[in-house]
Amino acid sequence: MMLTSLILVPLLGAIAVMFVPRGEDNRNVKTLAFGVSLLTLAMSLAMIAAFDINSGGVQLVEKYEWIPFIGAWYALGINGTGLVLILLTTILTPIVMLASWRDDLPDPSRTHAYFAWMLVLQALAIGVFAATDVFLFYVFFEATLVPLYFLIGAHGGAGRSKAAVKFLIYNLVGGLIMLASIIGLYVISTQQGGPSFLHADLAALDIPKNTEKWLFVGFFIAFAIKAPMFPLHTWLPDAAEAAKPGTSVLMVSVIDKIGTFAMIRWCLEIFPNASEWASPVVMVLAVVSIIYGALLAMGQSDIRRLIAFTSVSHFGFIVLGIFAFTSTSMAGSILYMFNHGLSTAVLFLVTGMMISRRGSGLISDFGGVQKIAPVLSGIFLVGGLSSLSLPGTAPFVSEYLVFVGTYARSIPLAAIAASAMVLAALYILLTYQRTMNGPLNPEAEGVTDLTSRETAALTPAVILIIALGFMPQILLNVIDPVVEPVLSHVGVEDPAPRATINLDAQTEGTHE
Amino acid sequence: MIAIDRVLAVVDRPDIPAPTIDYGLLMPLIVVFAVAMLGLIVEIVVPRDKRFVSQVVVAVGGLLAGLASTIKLYLDLSETEGSVLARGQIGGVGSVAVDGPGVVTWGLILVFSILSMLLFAERSYEGGLSAFTGRASDAPGSKDEAEATAARLEHTEVFPLAVFAVVGMMLFAVSHDLITMFVALEVLSLPLYVLAGLARRKRLISQEAALKYFLLGAFASAFFLYGAALAYGFSGSLNLTEINAAITARDDAQPLILGSIAMIAVGLLFKIGAAPFHSWTPDVYQGAPTPVTAFMASATKVAAFIALMRVFFVGFGGASWDWRPVVWAIAIATMLIGSVVAIAQTDIKRMLAYSSVAHAGFALVGFSGAYMGTEGTESVTSISAVLFYMLAYGLATIGSFAVVMVVRDSSGETTALSKWAGLAKQSPWLAGAVTVYMLSFMGIPLTAGFIGKWAVFSAAWAGGTPALVVFAVLMSAVAAVFYLRVIVLMYFAEPVGEGPTIALPSVLTTVVIALTVIGTIAFGVFPGVVIDLVQHAGAFVR
Repeated sequence: MMLTSLILVPLLGAIAVMFVPRGEDNRNVKTLAFGVSLLTLAMSLAMIAAFDINSGGVQLVEKYEWIPFIGAWYALGINGTGLVLILLTTILTPIVMLASWRDDLPDPSRTHAYFAWMLVLQALAIGVFAATDVFLFYVFFEATLVPLYFLIGAHGGAGRSKAAVKFLIYNLVGGLIMLASIIGLYVISTQQGGPSFLHADLAALDIPKNTEKWLFVGFFIAFAIKAPMFPLHTWLPDAAEAAKPGTSVLMVSVIDKIGTFAMIRWCLEIFPNASEWASPVVMVLAVVSIIYGALLAMGQSDIRRLIAFTSVSHFGFIVLGIFAFTSTSMAGSILYMFNHGLSTAVLFLVTGMMISRRGSGLISDFGGVQKIAPVLSGIFLVGGLSSLSLPGTAPFVSEYLVFVGTYARSIPLAAIAASAMVLAALYILLTYQRTMNGPLNPEAEGVTDLTSRETAALTPAVILIIALGFMPQILLNVIDPVVEPVLSHVGVEDPAPRATINLDAQTEGTHE
Repeated sequence: MIAIDRVLAVVDRPDIPAPTIDYGLLMPLIVVFAVAMLGLIVEIVVPRDKRFVSQVVVAVGGLLAGLASTIKLYLDLSETEGSVLARGQIGGVGSVAVDGPGVVTWGLILVFSILSMLLFAERSYEGGLSAFTGRASDAPGSKDEAEATAARLEHTEVFPLAVFAVVGMMLFAVSHDLITMFVALEVLSLPLYVLAGLARRKRLISQEAALKYFLLGAFASAFFLYGAALAYGFSGSLNLTEINAAITARDDAQPLILGSIAMIAVGLLFKIGAAPFHSWTPDVYQGAPTPVTAFMASATKVAAFIALMRVFFVGFGGASWDWRPVVWAIAIATMLIGSVVAIAQTDIKRMLAYSSVAHAGFALVGFSGAYMGTEGTESVTSISAVLFYMLAYGLATIGSFAVVMVVRDSSGETTALSKWAGLAKQSPWLAGAVTVYMLSFMGIPLTAGFIGKWAVFSAAWAGGTPALVVFAVLMSAVAAVFYLRVIVLMYFAEPVGEGPTIALPSVLTTVVIALTVIGTIAFGVFPGVVIDLVQHAGAFVR
């Protein structure tokens, strides 16, 4: 019942938020929503306590028959990946809420809806990460579009309506293509002795080779749009520009992770042969994403679009690590999902606070902000450095693991991807220089430093970024047991090390 | 006379046995027919001021009785022997097949018509008068018309007319021979032609709609009749079982039967609103009084779909590979035209009309799979998929038109989409209901529309057409554009000028909206009950 209650609490909280008396300046509503998100966080910590890290596998299983006729189950359960991502969701939601406390909404009388949709989104995201039945997964997957659509479209800034529709159409197309594949799975599983959508049953299906490829492509397109990967990424910058920073965080840090999470959970584990078949193409696309995202990030004049493109680049790393099929790179990718969530959250939130003070998102409208807002610029620097994977910050470890793993599989791809580190340094440091350093732009004088509420919202994320930079083993211990079974299911073994050094010993070394 | 009798007795009079009719099997039909007759009597004997309420009570109560009798009949249906599950039997001397799918369709038709009757009975928008014209014989805009309005005249005949249409639909859904089907087709169509022309406001386009519907409908009926004649020429019978026997026994593609299939298809596809026979839908849906549109769009479509499937699966089942490619083409054209043209609409009723065309296309995808289930496995068949799809579509359609009735300005309903801007601010509950309908039309999970799409697509895939499923899925994405636009308008746009007036609906419309919203969500979250029901109904009896 643990996972179900983890989904139900924010959902019921959202309903309560819609109906409580709002209080002066919507204070009751915000406090209640924040309280619910803290409660969810506490519950997710209890969930970790109940999760047996050493034994691995899918745990906290719940299974009830839902629609017997089509073999759909209400089946939940998490492995290490699910655990890490649910934790990310529950950590980020209260941070986002606290940071969004005074968001300048287009219709302040709908503030309660803004917070309620956030809670709904959190509940659905947890559902996606916990579902072990593909039908249930699909339901949650599609359902996340509704709250996010309203968060962008009803509560965003200029151009919100268009961005929301673009977001929805892209993701709906992806979802519908996946639906076609799910229907194919249903037909195949019916032919092989009764329909079932359970992950374990699907993984055991004997799918004809050619069909498997088609079904894989259907799933993969949906996840590549979600992730987002080149060339299906164009919805993200628009959405990130129009949305409030809190919404962008939930979208990029949490919801987009569904794409990469699902590549492992559903693509690799149900279509192992097709995944191996597609891996060269996917890896090349991932590297293109990495470079293309980084180059376009450098060309942006709007800070929010810039961050969106850095995410395209980072998602490229995650996908590269997954499809390199080495235990090192895959563990790195899963860790990266968590770390990227944190560093992007800090970046979106801190720049969002800066942008709302100035009333403009253009880089050229700032300059010398560090002089008047030192705390703000300091946190921006930490977020930026973690985004460019500086050693000592959490993303460094994960990016390094991805490189090491990919190197063992393909030296050229690893080399090209590595060049993105230089590009990352450029886009982050140049932005920092243009906005924070130099003479104070007279029009940016209104940018005051962070309030204690804003600092309080950002501090936990900053602490986590630095702490995990030094102690990634905490999460890797949870992630490692996931990786081996996936790789052995795909039927790929780690390539023999090129040098005579033991690969495991090498990665261990970097962790400490 | 006596002499003739004697002569016949001498020359071996043909032995015509009195038909034995199992009345229990036809009870729901008989009940609803009696209700229609009772409506006529009420029209004669009840004084004018009490007539409207009496008619409403008779129609709704009678249809409820019909529904109860349908449920009882369904529980009594016995399973037939055969390789695939089917229940029920052929009755009425071979003219009707009262089987699982037929009886489930009766249930759907009755539920939809009860909901529509509640909309027919809504009188809170026109100063206490119904949505139908006071005296249809008056010229629009004439002095007589104003007089009729002043005298508070109302056409209460609309209720018996609608119930007669229901009788026709119910018979249509179970007809087992082509002549019964033709009679049913006419019984269901004629009242609808009249009803379409009876709008109180915008009477000219209402009358235009009625005339168009009548002319095109009559044309389509003629096609159907000629197809039936050709089928008779080929097989020597109008009975579906015997036509099938003749088709199965043939040794090559006989042009005669192909012509017959094509002609009958034209007649039936016209009723469904499939491209290229869809061109009447936007005009008629727009012009007809909105309650009538809701009724036509939901109940007629179910009846016509089940009749189409019955003729093609039972009668022309042996020629399945002759007609399936054509149905694929028609499904593709219907989805494409419906979805793409709907994007360009600026009137909500026309948009819903094209949306109904698109949905006919999606349901045709399920039909074209012609998947009857395979022995030993339990998966959704074409018939049950289409039935579920029609349920989901019908609920959202009736609900949407109920909302269309509520959004008004001084000239009546404001069907211009631009007038719906900012509806969510004025009336969040109403906008919420429309959002549920639109999400269901789009096929977003947790709404009935999603399960419906899922069912028809899986039936098509199982029937061996995955490519069609992929196309249908992409068309769903195209269709999402215009449903989304309604949501965008309601939530994210500022009202233009004064904005629409939201009339305060009576309890009748409120009940319809509430029930359709609850149904749309409930059947989306717990579809198991209904899927079990339609699947339990099995195949058509032959």
